[in-house]
Amino acid sequence: MQVTMTVNGDEYTREIEGRLLLVHFLRDVLSLTGTHWGCDTSNCGTCVVWMDGEPVKSCTVLAAMAGGREVRTVEGLANGAELDPIQEGFRQCHGLQCGFCTPGMLMTCRALLDKNPDPSEAEIREAISGQICRCTGYASIVRSVKWAASQENQAVTK
Amino acid sequence: MQVPAPFEYERATSVDHAIGLLERLGGTARLVAGGHSLLPMMKLRLANFEYLIDINDLHGELGYIRLGAGEVRIGAMTRHRELLESDGLATVLPIFRDAERVIADPIVRNRGTLGGSLCQADPSEDLSAVCTTLDASCVIRGPGGAERVVSMEEFHVGPYETAVAENEMLTEVRIPLKAGRTGSAYAKVERRAGDWAVVSAGSAVVLEDGRIVDARVGLAAVGPNTTGIPEISAALRGHEPGEDMYELAGAIAARSCDPSTDSRGSADYKRHLADELTRRTLRTAVERARS
Repeated sequence: MQVTMTVNGDEYTREIEGRLLLVHFLRDVLSLTGTHWGCDTSNCGTCVVWMDGEPVKSCTVLAAMAGGREVRTVEGLANGAELDPIQEGFRQCHGLQCGFCTPGMLMTCRALLDKNPDPSEAEIREAISGQICRCTGYASIVRSVKWAASQENQAVTK
Repeated sequence: MQVPAPFEYERATSVDHAIGLLERLGGTARLVAGGHSLLPMMKLRLANFEYLIDINDLHGELGYIRLGAGEVRIGAMTRHRELLESDGLATVLPIFRDAERVIADPIVRNRGTLGGSLCQADPSEDLSAVCTTLDASCVIRGPGGAERVVSMEEFHVGPYETAVAENEMLTEVRIPLKAGRTGSAYAKVERRAGDWAVVSAGSAVVLEDGRIVDARVGLAAVGPNTTGIPEISAALRGHEPGEDMYELAGAIAARSCDPSTDSRGSADYKRHLADELTRRTLRTAVERARS
């Protein structure tokens, strides 16, 4: 079957099997390997991308289901060479160690800050409760999100 | 790598279109909504279909929470996140927010739907327990727009099996709103955040002049389907709520249920949980009814 979707602003049309999962479409068909493929069971959250503005676990979404929709992946966060504040936060506050969970964490946390620009620690932890960091760097991840939120809030006040 | 067996993908653009596709494709086809129960089962090859009919475009038609005077009507495509975030629903039926807080995780809740949860008919599924507790009925639509309405007991005919025929779909869930002071609550014990229930319980009560005129308890993960316990309703009716009543209800719950020993816990432990969670949710439901 043929599927057409927008990924990070660019439209792609490809011939695929109906059973192809979105995560494999992004990685293997479009070669966008920033999105990671982890547990395969919608538990770990490293495959999180946005579909029509909402974070979803792309290992549990068919590529065909994304047909006609707008997908945003971790590659779509930075503006050219300029990192998104959430990426910069992870860099400044050591929000990653091995980096495996990072793409999903970034997409989930970006969505959180868009909805709630000044989240409490509890709200951040709730937002990432569907993501697993096996380096157990949750404290640093929470700090990274706080850092990004404060940067963005300062930018708004200025 | 876990991948479903090959199938043909179809996308429905309306309820009637979906039913038309089901009529044509019959038992070789299955509807997929959020897909967060069905796709994992297909990856494990526990479920195999020749056709998958995507009904996500029906969210406009079937994604709604309508609060009426004596009834709440919820469309089958209403997503977990929408159930969690609805302040109107939380005001009249706080049991929904209690349950949604402990269903999976926020990302999964963006996709999963009420209809999909009920049609999965998993004995440990939370919204089935909520709907059982609330005496909900299910609207099933078939060819030619024919609709029938069934109770939760009729809807779930066994584990992973519903009353929905091959050419029908669940379109709406209707929940009666009782007159009087009402309260409801849900509690679940799980091995880790967002997991399936070891055991969970829901309670809904109606008070009049300080006495219980109606009390319902529903349990998940302690039998072939989520279980309502009419004996509790009969035992509590007419009495003033209090610890003695909660203890009585808990004891009835523990002896009425039929749990099995598995990796989530022993049958004895699950009976203990059925008792304790029945007491806790009744206590909270009564507090809410009084406030």
